[in-house]
Amino acid sequence: MINRRIRSLKNRTFVWVCRGVTAAMISVLFILLYHVGQEGIGWLDKQFLDSFPSRFPEKAGIKSALWGSVWLIGMTATFSIPLGVATAVYLEEYAPRKIWVRAIEINIGNLAGMPSILYGLLGLAIFVRFMGLEDSLWSGSLTLSLLALPVIVIASQGALRAVPREIREGAYALGARRWQVVFGHVLPCALPGIMTGVILALSRSMGETAPLIMIGALSYVAFLPETPSDPFTALPVQIFNWAARPQANFHGLAAAGILVLLALLLTLNASAVFIREKLQRYKP
Amino acid sequence: MTGELMEHPVILETKDLSVSYGDHQVVKKVNLNILANQVTAVIGPSGCGKSTMLRVFNRMNDFVPDARIEGKVLFEKNDLYDDKIDPGFIRQQIGMVFQRPNPFHKSIYNNVIWGPKVNGHKKDLRELAEQALQKAALWDEVKDRLHESALNLSGGQQQRLCIARAIAMNPKIILMDEPCSALDPRATARIEDLIQEFRSRYTIVIVTHNMQQAARVSDNTAFLYEGNLVEYGATKKIFTQPDQKKTEDYITGRFG
Repeated sequence: MINRRIRSLKNRTFVWVCRGVTAAMISVLFILLYHVGQEGIGWLDKQFLDSFPSRFPEKAGIKSALWGSVWLIGMTATFSIPLGVATAVYLEEYAPRKIWVRAIEINIGNLAGMPSILYGLLGLAIFVRFMGLEDSLWSGSLTLSLLALPVIVIASQGALRAVPREIREGAYALGARRWQVVFGHVLPCALPGIMTGVILALSRSMGETAPLIMIGALSYVAFLPETPSDPFTALPVQIFNWAARPQANFHGLAAAGILVLLALLLTLNASAVFIREKLQRYKP
Repeated sequence: MTGELMEHPVILETKDLSVSYGDHQVVKKVNLNILANQVTAVIGPSGCGKSTMLRVFNRMNDFVPDARIEGKVLFEKNDLYDDKIDPGFIRQQIGMVFQRPNPFHKSIYNNVIWGPKVNGHKKDLRELAEQALQKAALWDEVKDRLHESALNLSGGQQQRLCIARAIAMNPKIILMDEPCSALDPRATARIEDLIQEFRSRYTIVIVTHNMQQAARVSDNTAFLYEGNLVEYGATKKIFTQPDQKKTEDYITGRFG
């Protein structure tokens, strides 16, 4: 009997510890949100969204940074999703199980954990200097693609690996070729998992500041980028710039910028989750 | 070999077939003639190499990295492991039904027509699907929900769908790897009925753990033990008066 009581006590304690930890995490998030919201909500108006940066806080806005981020994320997605998924398909479905393939996989794993400033240095050396792309959207999005690629590759590989062997065997047993099996069954089955990785990777690159500063993204951009060769600024860069100023009003602007960034991230994630659910639900 | 066996032409034959995984030899110098339009059962205790042998027959063992095959497998006199042979082409003619039902994550209809479609069959797919489902005795149960997910079917229905999927390719041989081991007795009975109906149209090779099943559905039975073909002959004879002591012991349940 005593034994049973102790076990039940242990069980309840564990549940409460878990609840406590979860509550602590969520409250940190809410405190942050509350703090930022309180400081920034007053600055968040149509004028803020529709103005270029200015040295007068009342006139300053986030227009160029917002559109810069939208451009960046669009271009980054265009480069990194096809490349990343194709790499994962090759490594998982085609590459021989040899030592050099293992070495590549381990390296990709390491790359995913590399500090983003190093990607900035790499981007500066290759895209900005060597390829002469200067401080354009090309440089920015290519650098962010480097950052997103390992995450996409690893998540996609995991999703592909999780497709049951029976499905592949069933398809092969009907005389299908490898590409037919991959495109007809393996990729569709793995798509939800791949989407999750893509969302994670893109959200992360959207919030990156360091590599963009490294490659020379400007913080005063009083125009909207019109082609990928134009200079740009991005939300985190603009926020960083405002937050670094001594005047209190600019801190309010930074908070408002954070709210815009959060909203953009949430929209991106929500739409991706929505698409994923749609795909996951059975398609005839 | 008895006279009865000789009345049908040989469609598939193995010559000194050995299969090894790494250093471990699983099938040892097996010589076996599979006769056309007959049901051949392969029985034997777990690990005796019967599933391995079955997978050699449509080159599904190609996907096992360290599998090595020696000897010959002739399908209609052609060497299955000849370099010039396209394994995809082999699998179109030698279909397979697996141990656990493995319908694709698609609709019932798309499950059936996927095979013909990827192999270049474009016309009358709808009719083809109906015929295959009819033959697999599934049509009446699914005709009103062809475009629903195959995953909503019961286990027995899923297995019949997998059979329909194999039939839709109009194969010459259907290999069945313990097709009923994941099914309840009623679903098993329906699959066995199907096998009975198929014997005139297809050649069937069925691997089974269940000796009653082998006795019920097959014309010929091969008994495999530790990779060796111990005895092969008409099912009636194997089950009533086997030549080998080993076969008798296994069939009467003394081991295995």
